[in-house]
Amino acid sequence: MKKIHVTTTINGKETEFLCELRQSLLEVLRDVLMLTGAKEGCNNGNCGACNVLLDGRLVNSCLVMGAEVQACNVQTIEGIATPQGLHPLQQAFLEGAALQCGICTPGFIVAAKALLDQNPKPTEHQVRHFLAGNLCRCTGYDKIVRAVLQAATS
Amino acid sequence: MKNFTYFRPTTPEQAVALLENRWGNTELLAGGTDLHDLQKEYVAQPARVVSLSGVNALAGIRVEEKSVRIGAGAKLADIANHAELKRLFPSLTDAADQIGGPQIRNMGTLGGNLCQRNRCWYFRDEHTNCLLKTGQRCFALDGENKYHAIFSQGHRCVIVNPSTLAPALIALGASAVVQGPNGRRTIELGRFFRAPGANNEREHVLEANDMVVEVTIPRSNLANASYEVRHKQAYDWPLVQAAVSFERGDGGVRNPRVVLGHVAPTPHVAEAAARSITGQAVSEATAGAAGRAAAQDAKPLSQNGYKVKLVEVAVKRALIIAAGQKRYWEV
Repeated sequence: MKKIHVTTTINGKETEFLCELRQSLLEVLRDVLMLTGAKEGCNNGNCGACNVLLDGRLVNSCLVMGAEVQACNVQTIEGIATPQGLHPLQQAFLEGAALQCGICTPGFIVAAKALLDQNPKPTEHQVRHFLAGNLCRCTGYDKIVRAVLQAATS
Repeated sequence: MKNFTYFRPTTPEQAVALLENRWGNTELLAGGTDLHDLQKEYVAQPARVVSLSGVNALAGIRVEEKSVRIGAGAKLADIANHAELKRLFPSLTDAADQIGGPQIRNMGTLGGNLCQRNRCWYFRDEHTNCLLKTGQRCFALDGENKYHAIFSQGHRCVIVNPSTLAPALIALGASAVVQGPNGRRTIELGRFFRAPGANNEREHVLEANDMVVEVTIPRSNLANASYEVRHKQAYDWPLVQAAVSFERGDGGVRNPRVVLGHVAPTPHVAEAAARSITGQAVSEATAGAAGRAAAQDAKPLSQNGYKVKLVEVAVKRALIIAAGQKRYWEV
Protein backbone atom coordinates (compact mmCIF):
# COMPACT_ATOMS: atom_id res chain seq x y z
CA MET A 1 0.00 0.00 0.00
CA LYS A 2 1.26 3.44 -0.90
CA LYS A 3 2.56 5.42 2.05
CA ILE A 4 1.37 8.89 2.97
CA HIS A 5 3.74 11.79 3.47
CA VAL A 6 2.93 13.82 6.59
CA THR A 7 4.47 17.06 7.80
CA THR A 8 3.80 17.99 11.39
CA THR A 9 5.36 19.56 14.48
CA ILE A 10 6.47 17.20 17.23
CA ASN A 11 7.80 18.66 20.48
CA GLY A 12 8.36 21.97 18.77
CA LYS A 13 10.35 20.54 15.88
CA GLU A 14 9.05 20.33 12.32
CA THR A 15 8.95 16.65 11.45
CA GLU A 16 8.22 14.66 8.29
CA PHE A 17 7.35 11.00 8.13
CA LEU A 18 5.87 8.37 5.85
CA CYS A 19 3.13 6.11 7.18
CA GLU A 20 0.53 3.65 6.07
CA LEU A 21 -3.05 4.80 6.47
CA ARG A 22 -3.79 2.06 8.95
CA GLN A 23 -0.95 3.15 11.24
CA SER A 24 -2.00 5.05 14.35
CA LEU A 25 -0.15 8.07 15.64
CA LEU A 26 1.13 5.82 18.42
CA GLU A 27 2.61 3.38 15.89
CA VAL A 28 4.16 6.26 13.98
CA LEU A 29 5.70 7.73 17.12
CA ARG A 30 7.12 4.42 18.33
CA ASP A 31 7.94 2.52 15.14
CA VAL A 32 8.74 5.28 12.62
CA LEU A 33 10.04 8.16 14.72
CA MET A 34 11.52 6.03 17.53
CA LEU A 35 9.81 8.15 20.19
CA THR A 36 9.07 5.21 22.48
CA GLY A 37 7.98 7.21 25.54
CA ALA A 38 4.30 6.80 24.70
CA LYS A 39 3.35 3.20 25.51
CA GLU A 40 0.92 0.77 23.97
CA GLY A 41 -1.33 -0.60 26.67
CA CYS A 42 -4.82 -1.49 25.53
CA ASN A 43 -4.62 0.00 22.01
CA ASN A 44 -8.32 0.92 22.17
CA GLY A 45 -8.60 4.08 24.24
CA ASN A 46 -9.11 2.63 27.68
CA CYS A 47 -5.74 2.90 29.43
CA GLY A 48 -4.16 6.27 28.57
CA ALA A 49 -0.60 4.88 28.34
CA CYS A 50 -0.29 6.37 24.83
CA ASN A 51 -1.45 9.88 25.80
CA VAL A 52 -0.10 12.81 23.82
CA LEU A 53 -1.20 16.42 23.44
CA LEU A 54 -2.58 17.12 19.98
CA ASP A 55 -2.87 20.86 19.35
CA GLY A 56 -2.78 21.23 23.13
CA ARG A 57 -5.56 18.71 23.83
CA LEU A 58 -5.06 15.39 25.56
CA VAL A 59 -5.79 12.44 23.26
CA ASN A 60 -5.13 8.70 23.03
CA SER A 61 -2.56 8.46 20.22
CA CYS A 62 -3.70 4.87 19.56
CA LEU A 63 -7.05 6.24 18.32
CA VAL A 64 -5.62 8.91 16.02
CA MET A 65 -4.52 8.05 12.49
CA GLY A 66 -0.92 9.06 11.80
CA ALA A 67 -2.11 10.65 8.56
CA GLU A 68 -4.53 12.89 10.46
CA VAL A 69 -1.80 14.89 12.25
CA GLN A 70 -0.81 16.70 9.06
CA ALA A 71 -0.03 20.33 10.05
CA CYS A 72 -0.85 19.65 13.72
CA ASN A 73 1.19 20.24 16.84
CA VAL A 74 2.02 17.06 18.76
CA GLN A 75 3.59 17.06 22.21
CA THR A 76 4.83 13.77 23.67
CA ILE A 77 6.38 12.80 26.98
CA GLU A 78 9.79 13.34 25.37
CA GLY A 79 9.03 17.06 25.07
CA ILE A 80 8.05 17.66 28.68
CA ALA A 81 11.45 17.97 30.39
CA THR A 82 13.82 20.76 29.34
CA PRO A 83 17.62 20.65 29.06
CA GLN A 84 17.63 22.56 32.35
CA GLY A 85 15.79 19.87 34.26
CA LEU A 86 12.73 17.74 34.80
CA HIS A 87 9.20 19.10 34.66
CA PRO A 88 7.75 19.67 38.16
CA LEU A 89 5.39 16.73 37.55
CA GLN A 90 8.29 14.42 36.73
CA GLN A 91 10.13 15.63 39.83
CA ALA A 92 7.05 15.09 42.00
CA PHE A 93 6.51 11.57 40.60
CA LEU A 94 10.15 10.72 41.39
CA GLU A 95 10.14 12.20 44.87
CA GLY A 96 6.75 10.74 45.75
CA ALA A 97 7.59 7.29 44.33
CA ALA A 98 4.43 7.63 42.22
CA LEU A 99 5.38 4.76 39.98
CA GLN A 100 6.01 1.07 40.35
CA CYS A 101 6.58 -0.69 37.03
CA GLY A 102 6.49 2.64 35.19
CA ILE A 103 4.58 1.63 32.07
CA CYS A 104 1.65 3.91 32.81
CA THR A 105 3.84 6.81 33.98
CA PRO A 106 4.37 8.69 30.68
CA GLY A 107 0.63 8.68 30.07
CA PHE A 108 -0.14 9.89 33.58
CA ILE A 109 2.40 12.70 33.33
CA VAL A 110 1.11 13.87 29.95
CA ALA A 111 -2.48 13.76 31.26
CA ALA A 112 -1.54 15.58 34.46
CA LYS A 113 0.27 18.24 32.41
CA ALA A 114 -2.88 18.75 30.35
CA LEU A 115 -4.83 19.20 33.59
CA LEU A 116 -2.37 21.65 35.17
CA ASP A 117 -2.11 23.65 31.93
CA GLN A 118 -5.85 24.38 32.14
CA ASN A 119 -6.30 24.24 35.92
CA PRO A 120 -3.06 25.00 37.84
CA LYS A 121 -4.59 24.41 41.29
CA PRO A 122 -6.95 21.44 40.97
CA THR A 123 -8.74 19.83 43.88
CA GLU A 124 -8.15 16.16 44.62
CA HIS A 125 -11.56 15.38 43.09
CA GLN A 126 -10.66 17.28 39.92
CA VAL A 127 -7.36 15.38 39.67
CA ARG A 128 -9.14 12.05 40.04
CA HIS A 129 -11.86 12.99 37.53
CA PHE A 130 -9.26 14.11 34.98
CA LEU A 131 -7.06 11.03 35.40
CA ALA A 132 -10.02 8.65 34.99
CA GLY A 133 -8.81 7.70 31.51
CA ASN A 134 -5.46 6.41 32.77
CA LEU A 135 -5.00 2.94 34.17
CA CYS A 136 -2.21 1.80 36.50
CA ARG A 137 -2.15 -1.98 36.73
CA CYS A 138 0.12 -1.78 39.80
CA THR A 139 -2.81 0.24 41.27
CA GLY A 140 -0.55 2.96 42.66
CA TYR A 141 -3.23 5.59 42.21
CA ASP A 142 -2.97 7.25 45.60
CA LYS A 143 0.69 8.21 45.19
CA ILE A 144 0.00 9.38 41.63
CA VAL A 145 -2.80 11.69 42.77
CA ARG A 146 -0.63 13.00 45.61
CA ALA A 147 2.28 13.64 43.21
CA VAL A 148 0.03 15.68 40.90
CA LEU A 149 -1.26 17.71 43.83
CA GLN A 150 2.35 18.17 45.00
CA ALA A 151 3.44 19.39 41.55
CA ALA A 152 0.54 21.85 41.55
CA THR A 153 1.91 23.51 44.67
CA SER A 154 5.44 23.91 43.26
CA MET B 1 -6.56 -3.17 10.96
CA LYS B 2 -7.16 -3.57 7.23
CA ASN B 3 -5.71 -0.84 5.10
CA PHE B 4 -7.99 1.56 3.28
CA THR B 5 -8.03 4.59 1.05
CA TYR B 6 -8.52 7.97 2.66
CA PHE B 7 -10.40 11.11 1.68
CA ARG B 8 -10.28 14.48 3.42
CA PRO B 9 -13.07 16.71 2.06
CA THR B 10 -13.50 20.29 3.26
CA THR B 11 -17.31 20.71 3.04
CA PRO B 12 -20.26 18.57 4.17
CA GLU B 13 -21.46 18.41 0.55
CA GLN B 14 -18.13 16.99 -0.61
CA ALA B 15 -18.12 14.52 2.28
CA VAL B 16 -21.57 13.18 1.43
CA ALA B 17 -20.64 12.90 -2.25
CA LEU B 18 -17.82 10.54 -1.23
CA LEU B 19 -20.20 8.19 0.62
CA GLU B 20 -21.97 5.22 -0.96
CA ASN B 21 -25.61 4.16 -0.86
CA ARG B 22 -24.76 0.94 1.02
CA TRP B 23 -23.29 0.45 4.48
CA GLY B 24 -19.88 -0.97 5.25
CA ASN B 25 -17.55 -0.24 2.35
CA THR B 26 -17.13 3.47 3.19
CA GLU B 27 -17.12 4.90 6.70
CA LEU B 28 -17.16 8.46 7.99
CA LEU B 29 -14.35 9.29 10.42
CA ALA B 30 -14.98 12.01 13.00
CA GLY B 31 -13.27 11.60 16.39
CA GLY B 32 -12.30 8.01 15.61
CA THR B 33 -12.92 6.68 19.12
CA ASP B 34 -15.53 4.24 17.82
CA LEU B 35 -14.52 3.64 14.19
CA HIS B 36 -10.83 2.88 14.83
CA ASP B 37 -11.76 0.53 17.66
CA LEU B 38 -14.17 -1.32 15.36
CA GLN B 39 -11.50 -1.47 12.63
CA LYS B 40 -8.91 -2.89 15.03
CA GLU B 41 -11.40 -5.60 16.00
CA TYR B 42 -12.13 -6.28 12.28
CA VAL B 43 -15.81 -5.64 12.96
CA ALA B 44 -15.66 -2.65 10.60
CA GLN B 45 -13.51 -3.26 7.53
CA PRO B 46 -14.07 -0.22 5.33
CA ALA B 47 -12.14 -0.01 2.07
CA ARG B 48 -12.65 3.76 2.09
CA VAL B 49 -12.58 6.23 4.99
CA VAL B 50 -13.89 9.78 4.63
CA SER B 51 -12.31 11.97 7.28
CA LEU B 52 -14.21 14.98 8.56
CA SER B 53 -11.12 16.58 10.14
CA GLY B 54 -10.92 19.08 7.27
CA VAL B 55 -14.58 20.14 7.44
CA ASN B 56 -14.26 23.21 9.63
CA ALA B 57 -17.94 24.15 9.27
CA LEU B 58 -18.99 21.34 11.63
CA ALA B 59 -17.32 22.48 14.85
CA GLY B 60 -19.25 25.46 16.19
CA ILE B 61 -21.59 25.93 19.17
CA ARG B 62 -23.94 28.89 18.66
CA VAL B 63 -26.40 30.13 21.26
CA GLU B 64 -29.00 32.11 19.35
CA GLU B 65 -32.21 33.86 20.33
CA LYS B 66 -34.62 31.03 19.53
CA SER B 67 -32.36 27.99 19.49
CA VAL B 68 -28.97 26.58 20.26
CA ARG B 69 -27.09 25.08 17.32
CA ILE B 70 -24.29 22.62 17.97
CA GLY B 71 -22.19 21.42 15.04
CA ALA B 72 -21.92 17.66 14.61
CA GLY B 73 -18.14 18.03 14.86
CA ALA B 74 -18.26 19.76 18.25
CA LYS B 75 -16.08 17.86 20.69
CA LEU B 76 -17.76 16.34 23.74
CA ALA B 77 -15.36 18.30 25.98
CA ASP B 78 -16.43 21.57 24.35
CA ILE B 79 -20.08 20.72 24.98
CA ALA B 80 -19.37 19.67 28.58
CA ASN B 81 -17.42 22.86 29.37
CA HIS B 82 -19.58 25.42 27.53
CA ALA B 83 -20.74 27.95 30.15
CA GLU B 84 -23.99 28.95 28.42
CA LEU B 85 -24.93 25.35 27.61
CA LYS B 86 -24.31 24.39 31.24
CA ARG B 87 -26.75 27.07 32.35
CA LEU B 88 -29.46 26.23 29.80
CA PHE B 89 -29.12 22.48 29.40
CA PRO B 90 -27.36 20.86 32.36
CA SER B 91 -28.87 17.52 31.31
CA LEU B 92 -26.79 17.68 28.12
CA THR B 93 -23.57 19.04 29.63
CA ASP B 94 -23.66 16.64 32.61
CA ALA B 95 -24.17 13.70 30.24
CA ALA B 96 -21.29 14.91 28.03
CA ASP B 97 -19.00 15.36 31.03
CA GLN B 98 -19.53 11.76 32.12
CA ILE B 99 -18.54 10.16 28.82
CA GLY B 100 -15.22 8.30 28.90
CA GLY B 101 -12.29 10.29 30.23
CA PRO B 102 -10.87 13.63 29.09
CA GLN B 103 -9.07 12.00 26.16
CA ILE B 104 -12.28 10.50 24.79
CA ARG B 105 -14.16 13.78 25.34
CA ASN B 106 -11.40 15.65 23.49
CA MET B 107 -11.71 13.33 20.51
CA GLY B 108 -15.34 12.23 20.42
CA THR B 109 -17.91 14.42 18.67
CA LEU B 110 -21.63 15.10 18.96
CA GLY B 111 -22.34 13.49 15.58
CA GLY B 112 -20.24 10.48 16.47
CA ASN B 113 -21.97 10.11 19.81
CA LEU B 114 -25.37 9.96 18.07
CA CYS B 115 -24.25 7.62 15.28
CA GLN B 116 -21.85 5.31 17.17
CA ARG B 117 -22.33 1.56 17.04
CA ASN B 118 -23.65 -0.36 20.01
CA ARG B 119 -21.38 -1.95 22.62
CA CYS B 120 -22.90 -5.44 22.73
CA TRP B 121 -20.00 -7.83 23.35
CA TYR B 122 -21.31 -10.28 20.77
CA PHE B 123 -21.48 -7.57 18.11
CA ARG B 124 -18.00 -6.28 19.04
CA ASP B 125 -16.45 -9.76 18.92
CA GLU B 126 -14.76 -10.43 15.59
CA HIS B 127 -15.54 -14.13 15.80
CA THR B 128 -19.25 -13.91 16.62
CA ASN B 129 -21.49 -13.58 13.61
CA CYS B 130 -24.54 -12.04 15.22
CA LEU B 131 -27.73 -10.73 13.70
CA LEU B 132 -26.17 -7.31 13.03
CA LYS B 133 -23.45 -8.87 10.89
CA THR B 134 -24.65 -11.64 8.62
CA GLY B 135 -25.74 -14.11 11.28
CA GLN B 136 -29.15 -15.55 11.94
CA ARG B 137 -29.57 -14.90 15.65
CA CYS B 138 -28.96 -12.60 18.58
CA PHE B 139 -26.70 -14.37 21.05
CA ALA B 140 -27.55 -12.03 23.91
CA LEU B 141 -31.20 -13.12 23.98
CA ASP B 142 -30.35 -16.30 25.86
CA GLY B 143 -26.66 -15.62 26.50
CA GLU B 144 -24.71 -13.09 28.55
CA ASN B 145 -27.14 -10.19 28.73
CA LYS B 146 -26.36 -8.37 31.97
CA TYR B 147 -25.97 -5.01 30.19
CA HIS B 148 -28.67 -5.48 27.55
CA ALA B 149 -32.21 -4.21 27.03
CA ILE B 150 -35.08 -4.52 29.48
CA PHE B 151 -37.48 -2.89 27.02
CA SER B 152 -36.75 -4.89 23.90
CA GLN B 153 -40.28 -4.41 22.52
CA GLY B 154 -40.19 -7.66 20.61
CA HIS B 155 -37.01 -6.79 18.75
CA ARG B 156 -34.81 -9.63 17.59
CA CYS B 157 -31.62 -7.83 18.73
CA VAL B 158 -31.49 -6.70 22.36
CA ILE B 159 -28.69 -4.13 22.31
CA VAL B 160 -28.97 -0.90 24.22
CA ASN B 161 -28.38 2.34 22.35
CA PRO B 162 -25.05 3.63 23.72
CA SER B 163 -25.59 7.39 23.32
CA THR B 164 -26.05 9.27 26.58
CA LEU B 165 -26.49 12.60 24.80
CA ALA B 166 -29.50 11.28 22.90
CA PRO B 167 -31.87 10.88 25.88
CA ALA B 168 -30.99 14.38 27.09
CA LEU B 169 -31.45 15.87 23.62
CA ILE B 170 -34.74 14.05 23.01
CA ALA B 171 -36.09 15.31 26.34
CA LEU B 172 -35.11 18.84 25.26
CA GLY B 173 -36.96 18.50 21.94
CA ALA B 174 -33.82 18.66 19.79
CA SER B 175 -33.54 17.88 16.08
CA ALA B 176 -30.72 16.75 13.81
CA VAL B 177 -29.92 18.57 10.58
CA VAL B 178 -28.90 15.90 8.09
CA GLN B 179 -26.97 16.41 4.85
CA GLY B 180 -27.87 13.93 2.14
CA PRO B 181 -27.01 13.72 -1.55
CA ASN B 182 -30.09 15.83 -2.37
CA GLY B 183 -29.67 18.52 0.26
CA ARG B 184 -30.49 19.00 3.90
CA ARG B 185 -33.43 17.88 5.98
CA THR B 186 -34.34 17.99 9.65
CA ILE B 187 -35.14 14.91 11.74
CA GLU B 188 -36.49 15.17 15.29
CA LEU B 189 -34.11 13.21 17.51
CA GLY B 190 -37.15 11.44 18.93
CA ARG B 191 -37.49 9.86 15.45
CA PHE B 192 -33.77 9.53 14.73
CA PHE B 193 -33.10 6.14 16.30
CA ARG B 194 -34.30 2.68 15.49
CA ALA B 195 -33.65 -0.86 16.59
CA PRO B 196 -31.38 -2.51 14.02
CA GLY B 197 -32.01 -6.13 13.09
CA ALA B 198 -29.63 -6.88 10.21
CA ASN B 199 -26.22 -5.98 8.82
CA ASN B 200 -27.67 -3.39 6.45
CA GLU B 201 -29.24 -1.44 9.30
CA ARG B 202 -27.69 0.95 11.79
CA GLU B 203 -28.89 2.19 15.18
CA HIS B 204 -30.43 5.23 13.49
CA VAL B 205 -32.61 5.99 10.46
CA LEU B 206 -29.95 7.69 8.30
CA GLU B 207 -29.12 6.35 4.87
CA ALA B 208 -25.54 5.28 4.18
CA ASN B 209 -24.89 8.48 2.23
CA ASP B 210 -26.31 10.85 4.87
CA MET B 211 -24.45 12.62 7.62
CA VAL B 212 -25.47 14.73 10.61
CA VAL B 213 -24.19 18.29 10.29
CA GLU B 214 -25.83 19.97 13.26
CA VAL B 215 -28.15 19.49 16.21
CA THR B 216 -30.58 22.27 17.11
CA ILE B 217 -32.19 22.62 20.53
CA PRO B 218 -35.10 25.04 21.02
CA ARG B 219 -34.26 27.64 23.68
CA SER B 220 -36.57 27.39 26.64
CA ASN B 221 -36.73 27.62 30.39
CA LEU B 222 -37.31 23.91 30.77
CA ALA B 223 -36.08 22.40 34.00
CA ASN B 224 -33.85 19.54 32.90
CA ALA B 225 -31.45 16.94 34.25
CA SER B 226 -29.81 13.65 33.42
CA TYR B 227 -28.90 11.02 36.00
CA GLU B 228 -26.81 7.91 35.34
CA VAL B 229 -26.58 4.90 37.62
CA ARG B 230 -23.06 3.52 37.26
CA HIS B 231 -20.66 1.03 38.78
CA LYS B 232 -17.88 3.63 38.70
CA GLN B 233 -18.10 7.40 38.87
CA ALA B 234 -15.91 7.82 35.78
CA TYR B 235 -14.81 6.01 32.66
CA ASP B 236 -17.69 3.62 32.59
CA TRP B 237 -20.92 3.15 30.71
CA PRO B 238 -24.06 3.84 32.67
CA LEU B 239 -26.15 0.87 33.69
CA VAL B 240 -29.28 3.01 33.33
CA GLN B 241 -29.72 6.69 32.47
CA ALA B 242 -32.77 8.91 32.86
CA ALA B 243 -33.05 12.34 31.23
CA VAL B 244 -36.01 14.56 32.14
CA SER B 245 -37.34 17.98 31.21
CA PHE B 246 -40.45 19.88 32.24
CA GLU B 247 -42.00 23.31 32.55
CA ARG B 248 -42.42 24.66 36.04
CA GLY B 249 -45.95 25.92 36.68
CA ASP B 250 -48.14 26.96 39.60
CA GLY B 251 -50.00 23.71 39.27
CA GLY B 252 -46.83 21.62 39.37
CA VAL B 253 -44.94 19.96 36.55
CA ARG B 254 -46.18 20.68 33.01
CA ASN B 255 -45.36 18.89 29.76
CA PRO B 256 -42.73 16.58 31.21
CA ARG B 257 -40.56 14.33 29.10
CA VAL B 258 -38.81 11.32 30.59
CA VAL B 259 -36.33 9.51 28.33
CA LEU B 260 -34.34 6.47 29.41
CA GLY B 261 -30.94 5.40 28.13
CA HIS B 262 -29.23 2.00 28.21
CA VAL B 263 -32.49 0.10 28.64
CA ALA B 264 -33.64 -0.47 25.03
CA PRO B 265 -32.30 -0.68 21.47
CA THR B 266 -33.29 2.99 21.11
CA PRO B 267 -33.58 5.80 23.66
CA HIS B 268 -36.80 4.87 25.47
CA VAL B 269 -39.52 7.48 26.04
CA ALA B 270 -41.28 6.66 29.32
CA GLU B 271 -44.75 8.08 28.71
CA ALA B 272 -46.27 6.54 31.82
CA ALA B 273 -43.67 8.31 33.96
CA ALA B 274 -44.47 11.62 32.28
CA ARG B 275 -48.21 11.11 32.92
CA SER B 276 -47.49 10.22 36.54
CA ILE B 277 -45.59 13.43 37.34
CA THR B 278 -47.80 15.79 35.28
CA GLY B 279 -49.54 18.32 37.51
CA GLN B 280 -47.61 17.18 40.59
CA ALA B 281 -45.13 19.10 42.69
CA VAL B 282 -41.83 17.21 42.57
CA SER B 283 -41.12 15.43 45.83
CA GLU B 284 -39.47 12.18 46.79
CA ALA B 285 -42.95 10.62 46.81
CA THR B 286 -44.14 11.90 43.40
CA ALA B 287 -40.75 11.41 41.74
CA GLY B 288 -40.60 7.90 43.17
CA ALA B 289 -44.05 7.15 41.76
CA ALA B 290 -42.92 8.41 38.34
CA GLY B 291 -39.91 6.11 38.58
CA ARG B 292 -42.13 3.12 39.29
CA ALA B 293 -44.36 4.09 36.37
CA ALA B 294 -41.29 4.26 34.10
CA ALA B 295 -40.31 0.73 35.01
CA GLN B 296 -43.74 -0.90 34.93
CA ASP B 297 -43.61 -2.35 31.41
CA ALA B 298 -40.04 -3.63 31.60
CA LYS B 299 -39.43 -7.20 30.47
CA PRO B 300 -35.92 -8.00 31.63
CA LEU B 301 -33.81 -10.80 30.18
CA SER B 302 -32.24 -13.59 32.24
CA GLN B 303 -29.44 -11.49 33.78
CA ASN B 304 -30.63 -7.88 33.84
CA GLY B 305 -33.62 -7.79 36.18
CA TYR B 306 -31.58 -5.44 38.41
CA LYS B 307 -32.03 -2.71 35.79
CA VAL B 308 -35.76 -2.47 36.52
CA LYS B 309 -35.02 -1.13 40.00
CA LEU B 310 -32.33 1.16 38.60
CA VAL B 311 -34.88 2.75 36.23
CA GLU B 312 -37.00 3.68 39.25
CA VAL B 313 -33.98 5.22 40.98
CA ALA B 314 -32.67 7.05 37.92
CA VAL B 315 -36.02 8.67 37.06
CA LYS B 316 -36.64 9.68 40.67
CA ARG B 317 -33.20 11.26 41.04
CA ALA B 318 -33.29 13.01 37.66
CA LEU B 319 -36.60 14.65 38.61
CA ILE B 320 -35.23 15.72 42.00
CA ILE B 321 -32.14 17.27 40.35
CA ALA B 322 -34.19 19.03 37.65
CA ALA B 323 -36.46 20.50 40.32
CA GLY B 324 -33.40 21.87 42.11
CA GLN B 325 -34.10 19.92 45.27
CA LYS B 326 -31.65 18.48 47.75
CA ARG B 327 -29.89 15.39 46.45
CA TYR B 328 -30.98 13.14 49.29
CA TRP B 329 -28.58 10.36 48.21
CA GLU B 330 -25.47 12.52 48.64
CA VAL B 331 -24.08 12.49 52.17
